[in-house]
Amino acid sequence: MSSNLTRRSVLRGTAVAVAGAALAVPAAAAVANSAAPAMDHSGHEGHEGHDGHSGHGPQPFDETYQGRHIVGQPAMGGHMAHHGGFAVTIDGKELHVMQNADGTWISVVNHYQTFADPLALTRAAVDKLRGAALVPIATA
Amino acid sequence: MAVRKNQATLTATEKRNFVSALLELKKSGRYDEFVRTHNEFIMSDSDTGDRVGHRSPSFLPWHRRFLIQFEQELQRVDSSVALPYWDWTADRTTTASIWGPDFLGGTGRSRDSQVTTGPFAYATGKWNINVSVDSRPYLQRELGSAVRQLPTRAEVDSVLAMTTYDMAPWNSASDGFRNNLEGWRGVNLHNRVHVWIGGQMATGVSPNDPVFWLHHCFIDKLWADWQRMHPTSPYLPGGNTADVVDLKDTMRPWNNVTPADMLDHTAHYTYDR
Ligand SMILES: [Cu+2]
Ligand SMILES: [Cu+2]
Repeated sequence: MSSNLTRRSVLRGTAVAVAGAALAVPAAAAVANSAAPAMDHSGHEGHEGHDGHSGHGPQPFDETYQGRHIVGQPAMGGHMAHHGGFAVTIDGKELHVMQNADGTWISVVNHYQTFADPLALTRAAVDKLRGAALVPIATA
Repeated sequence: MAVRKNQATLTATEKRNFVSALLELKKSGRYDEFVRTHNEFIMSDSDTGDRVGHRSPSFLPWHRRFLIQFEQELQRVDSSVALPYWDWTADRTTTASIWGPDFLGGTGRSRDSQVTTGPFAYATGKWNINVSVDSRPYLQRELGSAVRQLPTRAEVDSVLAMTTYDMAPWNSASDGFRNNLEGWRGVNLHNRVHVWIGGQMATGVSPNDPVFWLHHCFIDKLWADWQRMHPTSPYLPGGNTADVVDLKDTMRPWNNVTPADMLDHTAHYTYDR
């Protein structure tokens, strides 16, 4: 299951943008750990940057992936702090992300599949968007 | 009293009536209100805070109430309609009849995942995606792409065998029937099906795909099956649990219904088996 997902992610990366192929590899490797249905994330416990309960937040990032500008950074206050203290944008538009109790992450575009860290989560969202822009959704 | 049937056993007329009622709710704008409500809960339910619709014991009674409300809307359009359920352990291929052009339509095309067959294809002009996380206005699916296999009957049975409804910490880290059924832990049933379908079904706005209702109807039936197998296992927690809906706490957004009110589905509908 995991290797299947890995191969798919890489293939899609190369199909969408040749320049992004190299970038797709680390994302796919990170995603492979969290591919459904395997939900055993015990291997992540204590990994610095992966465990929201250790006091160290996830690594910030600011890069171009598949032609999209993705930024992830610690967030203070508001609902983002409530959801793990980390804020992500794709081309300047917020990607709603949330941390699970086991330290893994989900986003509003991959809401039923867990990822090891916000960077892997964000790259997966870019893959899924296929160039589409995020739009804000009104919350109650 | 509505009888909810296995979708594989529906007659051509039953399929047509169900689809027509869906299209009518979509046209009136009522459909999109359900999508919006679901997304609001999925974005606000969190493991460390207030949680009602997902990743919590009330996942099952919340969706039961949500489906009853939706089914009532369908019946306001056509009183003969009941929600069908999709047993994805049995009808588990991308060529199953559920994905036929006379019912839900098939997977998305490779270029952009756009569903181009069936009554919910964008080109029909009758199924625009209005409540969305991104700018694409069409229904998307990538059947069997992000995860290859739907859960098997043996995997379902292994979860139905669990005797305890739910356990502390009452979230995505819990052991017990609810979380193993929801899929944050273990063999992964409910969550995996969302991922297998892909497109909007993998997102917070998953009810944009009509298969949402058939998937959750089967999850609801599995809860009923589990209750029959474990008649002495109660809904948990029983009371005084922070951030979590206890047995007799009311659930948002209705505020007048508790998990206790939702334990017996036969007051509202029955299943065909
Ligand atoms: Cu839901
Ligand atoms: Cu669901």
